[in-house]
Amino acid sequence: MERRFRPTDDARVRDVVAWACAEDTPLEIAGAGSKRSLGRPGNLPAQLTLDGLSGIVEYEPAELALSARAGTPLAEIDEALAARKQHLAFEPPDLGVLLGAAPNAAPNAATIGGVVACNLSGPRRFSAGAARDHFLGARAVNGRGESFKTGGKVVKNVSGYDLCKLLAGSWGTLGVLTDVTLKVLPAPEKTRTVLLYGLDDEAGVAALGEVARSPLEATALAHLPAAAAARSQVSRVSDAGAAVTAARLEGPGSSVLDRCARLRALLARRGEVEELHRHNSDRLWREVGGAALLAEPFDRAVWRVSVPPAGAASVAGAVAATLDARFFFDWAGGLIWLSVPVGEDAGAATVRGALAAAGRGGHATLFRAPDAVRARVAVFEPQPPALAALSARVKRQFDPKGVLNPGRMVAGA
Amino acid sequence: MRMPEPDAGVIADRARLAARLRDILPADNVIDDRDGMRAFDSDGLTAYSAMPLIVALPESTAQVAAVLAACAETGVKVVPRGAGTGLSGGALPLADGVSLALTKLNRILEIDYANRCAVVQPGVTNLAISEAVAAEGFYYAPDPSSQIACSIGGNVAENSGGVHCLKYGVTTNNILGLEIVTMDGAVLRLGGRHLDSGGYDLMGVLTGSEGLLGVIAEVTVRILPRPETARALLIGFPEVAAGGDCVARVIAEGIVPAGMEMMDRAAIHAAEAFCGAGYPLDAEALLIVELDGPAVEVDELLGRVGAIARDCGAVTLRASESEEERLRFWLGRKSAFPAVGRISPDYYCMDGTIPRARLAEVLSRMSALSARHGLRVANVFHAGDGNLHPLILYDANAPGELETAEAFGADILKLCVEVGGVLSGEHGIGVEKRDLMGEMFDEVDLNQQQRLKCAFDPDGLLNPGKMFPQLHRCAELGRMHIHRGKVPFPDLPRF
Repeated sequence: MERRFRPTDDARVRDVVAWACAEDTPLEIAGAGSKRSLGRPGNLPAQLTLDGLSGIVEYEPAELALSARAGTPLAEIDEALAARKQHLAFEPPDLGVLLGAAPNAAPNAATIGGVVACNLSGPRRFSAGAARDHFLGARAVNGRGESFKTGGKVVKNVSGYDLCKLLAGSWGTLGVLTDVTLKVLPAPEKTRTVLLYGLDDEAGVAALGEVARSPLEATALAHLPAAAAARSQVSRVSDAGAAVTAARLEGPGSSVLDRCARLRALLARRGEVEELHRHNSDRLWREVGGAALLAEPFDRAVWRVSVPPAGAASVAGAVAATLDARFFFDWAGGLIWLSVPVGEDAGAATVRGALAAAGRGGHATLFRAPDAVRARVAVFEPQPPALAALSARVKRQFDPKGVLNPGRMVAGA
Repeated sequence: MRMPEPDAGVIADRARLAARLRDILPADNVIDDRDGMRAFDSDGLTAYSAMPLIVALPESTAQVAAVLAACAETGVKVVPRGAGTGLSGGALPLADGVSLALTKLNRILEIDYANRCAVVQPGVTNLAISEAVAAEGFYYAPDPSSQIACSIGGNVAENSGGVHCLKYGVTTNNILGLEIVTMDGAVLRLGGRHLDSGGYDLMGVLTGSEGLLGVIAEVTVRILPRPETARALLIGFPEVAAGGDCVARVIAEGIVPAGMEMMDRAAIHAAEAFCGAGYPLDAEALLIVELDGPAVEVDELLGRVGAIARDCGAVTLRASESEEERLRFWLGRKSAFPAVGRISPDYYCMDGTIPRARLAEVLSRMSALSARHGLRVANVFHAGDGNLHPLILYDANAPGELETAEAFGADILKLCVEVGGVLSGEHGIGVEKRDLMGEMFDEVDLNQQQRLKCAFDPDGLLNPGKMFPQLHRCAELGRMHIHRGKVPFPDLPRF
């Protein structure tokens, strides 16, 4: 890294990008850098970090919206929201354990801009939506060094193209976020998680589907095969010596207790049930959301695979038939976290082959692997040629000289 | 309404294009006689109308692609059109453009309960999706007031909302996949039955793009289990500010109702006269708050909202005791537009969103604007999400009144932006608010949006004249001015 820039105002962010254009020097874009090991390794000559743009700009709980500078620590936002009994409903995952942060590191080193730019969401994704669904507005600097605004500060808005959707999940390749506005929601008063023991993968995923189709309004649904469950810090999960299927209920107290009783009755037909209260429930879903259950051993590659939920067990089974795979299911089956030996390609051919063979769509992201492997293997799901070409044209319209995080998502773009 | 200058060459060549389209489509699906085309001369914003060049009605994705490719090849503009219920003129025809109506693509292709989704063609109506999955206890959540007629393809193009979107989100939050056709005739699949995109979220940006980026040829929607119960509260307030206060406190106390609608005195009286819903005529503001979910939750929250309402000075407070009563509470709100139509020859429906805290101020300034323009206004309001629908009452036959109504409407939207809101909450920009985009966005903002269009439609043939006040050529937008070495920033902190 030859140069690192840490601007503390918008004008300087524009200056850095304009300089990068003039000097043909591509920039690595980072918040606090907590997700630097995600995506393709860029090996770029200069870095622009946004953690110098920090602070909550506007927060009025009754408006259900919060605006902050992009480099604001997620922890600061969580704290401000918690003080008013609100939260980010998409449950941004804490990836520290999975990505190898020191065990005593502060939780959630992430910045809000980084969370949004990577569109990473936790267990509540399947019921409450992703980061992109709560991203109302932004100010960003394009690859021309111009600062543009999109969206607004209100929860309902269709004025112009929804560029927020593009910026979310663009991994800093379309614009440098400088300000973001997010939709916030009341935090649930009460939480309960019902555990069901001993199901195999097919039966576990089927149970998640049954709960998801019921009117019980579960807000998180995961199935942990025995090996993954054994890694939990929650004793009722790890001590079972069996697979654990987990369903979370949230809401007003009376409602949660009522639904909890009905959910236990529903699941008891399939096996032994147990329940977790707030503290342990929160702990379990943090482990699930951040895939901490697959963190060790650290020498294995980790994939994040989004699939139609009903076919999840057969996709995971197909991978496990070829590779020494460990895995668990989140999002009612719609997300498979999968750990495999690194090998030549981190199992890419097998994982993507299993998706293709299932024939129902989905995408696999290589989430953790050594730099050399992530440089060799397509980290994000390869796209059909017409779609890849359109995505490349979109990139050029935001960043004609390719100075914003080039190569982070796709080689050469 | 100023529209792009029609291309005389294209108009002169109309017969040849119609013949070419008849090679692609069944002959009856190409309409080029004036009587036949009249049904397509406007959308739900009837104040503006124009005759299209030709109307084409494809019956398959392949036909959509072939029509677009033929138009692209001959440099002919295309205006996509769903059911024609849009309220911002997004489907307003162009004299030199083919109106591409998707209404014959009206089949539900698959209902996949295991993955909680349905795959439908764009011409399927919004309500038909919920009806098709009702027997299994499911529904499709976004419910625009026009749901009996509006099509899902149009909903995607406009990112439509509805009265329940505070809790359940708008269209963009409730779709999983799209098949789109770009102007060059390429067919692309975005998303599917899984969550999130493995690359750029093109589905997200297509949603709400008002037919400027691609034609929606198929939609995969998320379906949800229907809540077990729903009850509504009817609450009357002696002043608007008290109603606004109540809305803010409900939300601040952690309750997200399924719907929270407000009406002002003019709307209450119009609705009550129209359908006798039992609304209190002495109230200045009426609030309908709907709670849904398990019965025990609904009952508890109903009690809490009621207590907040009393504390805010409610003069009327009634909870629905039966499904029939709940529907009666809604009847007046849902009939507000026709009800206002009865007390005025014409009305013009606006659609701004404001921060809820500014409601009382906005309504009082709107009264002042009403007096200044000499036109009455009635307000219905998706109070939960701050989406305001002022209905300006006017008479199109009175000389100059349409223009006055437009000027009044523009003033209202400028006011919305001034207090921190936006031009459109759910109806879209279209032609209606196109020239107001500069109130909300500067040139850099608008240029970046138009550059996105260049990635999809470099010749600007798809629905031009909508959304942007000024059209720029893609070559002009693509220019870059680089000043090598002239960017001084010696004081930039480095480490």
